[in-house]
Amino acid sequence: MTEPPQDAPQNEPLGEKPDAYAPSVAERLAFYQRAGGVITPLITVILAFFAGGMVVLATGHNPVKTYKAVWEGTGLQWFFQFGHHHIDIPFTNHQVFFWWDTNANLLAPYNLQQTLILTTTLILTGLAVGFAFRCGLFNIGGQGQYISGAIVSVWVGSSWAHMSQGLHVFLAIALAMLAGAGIAAVAGFLKATVGAHEVITTIMLNWIAYWVGSFLFGRGGPLQNPGQGGSVPISNDVTPSGKLPTFWGNPDLQALHVGLFIALGALVVFWLMLNRTTLGYQVRAVGFNPEAARYGGINVARNYVYAMAISGAFAGLGGAIDILGWQYRLGVLDIQVSNIGFIGIAVALLGRNTAVGVGLAALLFGALVNGTSTRGLDPSVFPPQLAGNLTLMIQALVLLFVGADVLVLYLWQARRWIGLGPKAPPSPQPETVA
Amino acid sequence: MTDDIPVLELRGITKRFPGILANDHVDFDLRDGEVHALLGENGAGKSTLMNILYGLYRHDEGEILLHGKPAEIDSPHAAIAAGIGMVHQHFMLIPVMTVAENIVLAAEPKTSGVLLDIGEAERRVRELAERFKFHIDPRARVQDITVGQQQRVEILKALYRNADILILDEPTAVLTPQEAIELFEILKELVAQGMSVIFISHKLNEVLEIADRITVLRRGKKVDTIAREGATEEGLARMMVGREVLLRVDKRPSQPGEPLLHVDGLQVIDDRGLEAVRGISFDVRAGEIVAIAGVDGNGQTELIDALTGLRHPSQGTIVVGGRELTRASAHEFLQEGVGHIPEDRHRRGLVLEFSLAENLVLHDYAKRPYARKGFLNPGRIVDSARTLLREFDVRGGGPATRASALSGGNQQKVVIAREVARDPRVLIAAQPTRGLDVGAIEFVHRRLVEQRDAGKAVLLVSLELEEVLSLADRILVIYEGAIAGEFGPSATEEELGIAMTGGKVAA
Repeated sequence: MTEPPQDAPQNEPLGEKPDAYAPSVAERLAFYQRAGGVITPLITVILAFFAGGMVVLATGHNPVKTYKAVWEGTGLQWFFQFGHHHIDIPFTNHQVFFWWDTNANLLAPYNLQQTLILTTTLILTGLAVGFAFRCGLFNIGGQGQYISGAIVSVWVGSSWAHMSQGLHVFLAIALAMLAGAGIAAVAGFLKATVGAHEVITTIMLNWIAYWVGSFLFGRGGPLQNPGQGGSVPISNDVTPSGKLPTFWGNPDLQALHVGLFIALGALVVFWLMLNRTTLGYQVRAVGFNPEAARYGGINVARNYVYAMAISGAFAGLGGAIDILGWQYRLGVLDIQVSNIGFIGIAVALLGRNTAVGVGLAALLFGALVNGTSTRGLDPSVFPPQLAGNLTLMIQALVLLFVGADVLVLYLWQARRWIGLGPKAPPSPQPETVA
Repeated sequence: MTDDIPVLELRGITKRFPGILANDHVDFDLRDGEVHALLGENGAGKSTLMNILYGLYRHDEGEILLHGKPAEIDSPHAAIAAGIGMVHQHFMLIPVMTVAENIVLAAEPKTSGVLLDIGEAERRVRELAERFKFHIDPRARVQDITVGQQQRVEILKALYRNADILILDEPTAVLTPQEAIELFEILKELVAQGMSVIFISHKLNEVLEIADRITVLRRGKKVDTIAREGATEEGLARMMVGREVLLRVDKRPSQPGEPLLHVDGLQVIDDRGLEAVRGISFDVRAGEIVAIAGVDGNGQTELIDALTGLRHPSQGTIVVGGRELTRASAHEFLQEGVGHIPEDRHRRGLVLEFSLAENLVLHDYAKRPYARKGFLNPGRIVDSARTLLREFDVRGGGPATRASALSGGNQQKVVIAREVARDPRVLIAAQPTRGLDVGAIEFVHRRLVEQRDAGKAVLLVSLELEEVLSLADRILVIYEGAIAGEFGPSATEEELGIAMTGGKVAA
């Protein structure tokens, strides 16, 4: 039985001093959910960076200088370098005034391009985790779904060289999404029919994708590039007709491709699908309360399959965009060292499985990965061999703090004791209709 | 045994929460050896007052006197030291530990100063249980005993700490009628041995049964304290709600039409693989309320599940409005016009994280005008929600409010609004007033009778005999998965009670 707040303190831990305002656990959680939309992810990130800085300090380096170098490595400072520049209007000879220098041969724009290339993929692998999460499923299989998409797109993209560019790209992307959806749907199907836990099955499917890819492009594999005497375990190159157009930078040096807009479009689709379609309504109902969804006439099992398939399609799209946008080929090594699908888990958790949150979290992790890469970070400030570990550490800390969100909330409330913030939580604000 | 000085006196207790005056100069006194009931609707300030007494909250104004002397109770430890014990609505027991271990927790008898003397603990608990005529095994694990027994463990915990004032917060909310009767026996025994009991409740009948005096709170203020003698349910209800309340539903005799729900030889297997419903047959006709009465756990849940497509029967047939739906899905039942007010609104009736508007379209989200071609129409959903919330007098939020933010009574109104607004042919109401206070109960009952009068077939499944007797046109008693008797609306509680416990009575 739910009673209004003034009458519902039964859950209060015994022995707590009653002199301060003591909200019940339910109240705290409700407040947390309201405030948590923006505040807890922010605190989470700040804490993670702070802890990361402590480690930098412990290794005898200056954390402020290191973070400044990381920041410069991300290329994001480009946005703050205003000037009087011009930009070409594509397909014309005209130029218009622009505040920023888009010359891709400079370091900052180049770094920014790399950051955004990573962000593009992370948005998609993040959405892959986020969509399943909204259905109450923990999709650990983003990596395998991403690899499946990459495999199919490299196969399609390197075959049928005479197709028109639009059709070829479309076909490669569509089949890659289908492949991601297919492998993810297996986990959804097993959950729906025999109740196999999706965490276990998606991890197993990750390994299936990993070894299938390793076999296909490995030496003597059916999709291995026979050039160079067949000694390099790598695929054929994507034909020019299968490549995504680039719009900023030198394509030979990994230029920014239109996949970024596809990913931004995917964010919109994600939001629309969840909040404006009957399918999204079902998915959210199942995610919040499967029993109530069943009572409402919703087929819970079917939604598990749909949600996983849609998740997989996002990850598969991510794989396709990487291949068609800048990678153009896929090697065994690429498959075996890639962890972009796993970073997607951190992206979704930090972004709280919302479209805007995933977009911002993807930018953060994209910048972080790029800023600490050996290429982005100035070796005189912080040894590059340590920098990659710094990324992993901050990523792990973010996950840890997301998991310990009640702790973060506790810290947030603690500001009252040090004289900041209101004396009591704000009164409940009506939520906007989702 | 009454003394001139009350064992406990609260004077002018005031407690403010941000935006709410939870207790407004409340006076309360407890005499030696009495049961004093604290009565009020949900949110009237009963629990706040008792949490102040138990040291969980600090009052802003007023004073607490124990045996005539001002007392400072600033923590539960101080309350326990002062001889005050409290049994919360949600038990605070450790499931994997035994009864004795739970009772002696934090005050354990020790050998050599460090080791728990489990034998001594069990001996003391057994002694205590015998003294107060509790039937409980000190060695049983708490997770293996019934809710009623767990409550007794909580009471023993207070007694073990030498409490002479016992606060019980809505103790019958979690009990079956039988367990409630046993609890009352125990309370009488405790009072006979000199304990004083504060009994928090919003149920009128049990307050009249157990209490010596009754204090009514309304919106944080004390309305009055009266003796049980001369008090009536009607009078108490008026004091609680502040207006005249109809306890007995005002209804005309039913005019049943054709059968809309036909059940024949229904058998249903429960989650443990046991046969929970064993060959039940009945009809519910248009324009009548048929009640299924029984003690909890006699197959009601499985029967409802089968009648709403949430569980497939193993045998038998279900026909709704002439169409056989025996093995149909929940979706098909809904499409055929079966409305269902579920027994657990949190587990099933509502998606608590959804807004009220979203909850109100839980069955029809995919239908026009709420959706077209797979796309939701949020404008229409919110508009219709606004109308329904007004029509069903849901307070505490608008269409965009989360369902979890409402009080229990208002949540139930949302569920009922949804089910009734779909204009069902058959309405299945499972314990529709569980946990509600008198004002909300009156509302629910009136709506159910309205549905009956509108020509719907209403099936009411309830554990409350009073509710069954005041609403039903026909009463079926369920016992161990079978119908143990059929009664008219003029049946007595005794007749029903005998059938409910397995004594066969001629129909």
